[in-house]
Amino acid sequence: MRCDVCQDKNATVYLTQIVDGQMQKVNLCDACAKEKGVTDPTGFALADLLLGLGSDEKVNLPGDELTCETCGFTQSGFKKNGRLGCSECYQVFGGGLDSLVKAMHKGTLHVGKVPTRYKVTKQFTDQITELKQRLKIAITDENFEEAAKLRDEIKSAEDEFVCAKEQ
Amino acid sequence: MMQFKTILNNPAEWMLSAGPLGEIVISSRIRLARNLSGHSFPGWATEEDRMLVLDAVKPTVDTLSEMRGAFSSDLRNLSTIRKQVLVERHLISREQAAKGNGSAVVMNRKQTLCIMINEEDHLRMQSIKPGLNLKSAFNMIDKVDTKLEEHIDYAFDNQHGYLTACPTNLGTGMRASAMLHLPALVLSEQINQVIQAVNKIGLAVRGLYGEGTEALGNLFQVSNQHTLGEKEIEIVARLEKVIRQIIEHEKNARAALFEDRRAMLDDKVGRAYAILRHGHIISTKEALELLSMLRAGVDLGYFTNEVRGIIDVLFMEIQPAHLQMRADSKLGVEERDILRAEIMRDELKILPEPGKLPEQYPETKGNQDVDE
Repeated sequence: MRCDVCQDKNATVYLTQIVDGQMQKVNLCDACAKEKGVTDPTGFALADLLLGLGSDEKVNLPGDELTCETCGFTQSGFKKNGRLGCSECYQVFGGGLDSLVKAMHKGTLHVGKVPTRYKVTKQFTDQITELKQRLKIAITDENFEEAAKLRDEIKSAEDEFVCAKEQ
Repeated sequence: MMQFKTILNNPAEWMLSAGPLGEIVISSRIRLARNLSGHSFPGWATEEDRMLVLDAVKPTVDTLSEMRGAFSSDLRNLSTIRKQVLVERHLISREQAAKGNGSAVVMNRKQTLCIMINEEDHLRMQSIKPGLNLKSAFNMIDKVDTKLEEHIDYAFDNQHGYLTACPTNLGTGMRASAMLHLPALVLSEQINQVIQAVNKIGLAVRGLYGEGTEALGNLFQVSNQHTLGEKEIEIVARLEKVIRQIIEHEKNARAALFEDRRAMLDDKVGRAYAILRHGHIISTKEALELLSMLRAGVDLGYFTNEVRGIIDVLFMEIQPAHLQMRADSKLGVEERDILRAEIMRDELKILPEPGKLPEQYPETKGNQDVDE
C-alpha cells in the first residue's frame, strides 16, 4: 500500500481514528509519519489535518459532489492540494472546514484587524439585528405604536446602509 | 524605477546586521496574505483571471508612497537566475519564483518592503527589519495594508477574517517570523529540545528558506503557526517573548561552551578560518557552516565586531544565483564551488588569524536591545 501523503513510498504506519463517530483511516510511510508527528498522542483529528476535508471513509459519489457556484471548485480539489478556489468557497464548504480550522488555529473566530469598509457593514448589521429583535418583542407585546416606530427605524437604517455601501 | 542591478549592488538593510540583538537575531519579518473578493485565488484562477487581478492591483501598489523609486516587475520579464536571486534575498518565495504570467513583484530600494502579486494569494506583502524588530516591522506593513484597503476590496468575513487560499492563513493572514543564528545550541546538542518545546506552544521552527528546508549555517526561522483567534499584536508579542527565551538559551549555551569547551571552540573557529582562507572548492552547504562558525567566532571575541558585517554579506553573496549574477553567466556546480571559494578567500584576506579564545567573555557592541 502506498503512503497517502507522498504517494511514493510504502506505507508502514496505519492510523485509524474515530472523530465525531466517523472512522478515518490514513496510511503513511515512515518518513511522512515522523514529519507529520503522527506518533504524538496529543494530536487530534489527524486524518483531517493530513488529508483535508474528511478522509477516505466518506467518499462522495461523482455527480453529487459539493461544488462552489462562483468558481467551480470542488471538494475533491481541496483534498488534492489543501487550498480553496475563491473566497466564496468558505461559505460553500464551511461545514466540512470547521473541524480542520479548529485543529489548525487557536480559535475559530477572527478577532484581529477589520478592513474599514467591513467595519461599517458590521456596525449596520449589528444595529439592524438589534432593531429587529426589539420589533419582535414589541409585536408580541402588542405594542403597535412602538412597532411602527421601530419598523420606520429599520427602514431608514437599511436605506442608510445601502447608501454607505454605495459610497 | 530601480534597476535590478541596483538591488544586487546594495545589501538589504537587514543584511547590514545593525538591528537590536543582531548578534543572534539576523532579521524580523511580517507577512500579510490578502485576496480580492469576487476573484478566484491565483492557484485556481485562469491566466485571464490572474491578469485581471494584476491589472487591478499593481497600479495601486506602484503608487504607494512607500514604493517611491521601487523595483517593480512582472515575473515573466525576469530571468530564472534573477528570480532565484530574489529568493536568496528572501524577497520572493520559491513558489512565486516558479510563476510567470500574471504574477509580479514590487519592492522598495532598501529591500525592507516587498509585495508579491498572485502568489498563493492575490497579495502577499512583507516587511523585513534587521535584528529583533517585529513590532516596527508590523507597524510598517500594517500601514501599507491600510492604505491598500482603501482601493482594494479585500475578501473578508466577520468569522474567518481575511479569506486566504489555504485555511492555515485564515484570520489575520499574518505570519511573523525571525531568523536566528544559534550555533551554540547546535554545538551543545540542545537545539532539538528547543525546537520541540517551541513546536508545542504553537510556533514553528524551520530552516533557512522556510517550510521543508534544511537548517543550513545554524540559521533557524521561528514563526507563528496559528493565524486565527488571536489579535495581530498578541501574536507578535507572544512570538517575541519566545524568541527572547531562545536568545537566553543560546547565550547560556555560549557561556557554557566558553567555560568548558575552549579547545573545541579554538579548533572549530580555527578550521573554519583555515578552509575559508585557503580552500579552492567549497559547496554552499559547507560555506554556510563555516561562515556560521566565523560569525560565532566574532561573537566569542576571536574577531572584531566589524567582521560580522562582512560575514553577513557573504552569507548572501556565495549562494548559487548570486554567484551566477556576479559572473554574469550560467555556472555549473563545480564552477560555482570554485568561484565561491575565490570570493571568500578574497573577502576574508584582511581577517587576522583567530588565535585562542580570549580570557574574558566578550561584551559585544552593536547589540543593544530596543526599549519596550
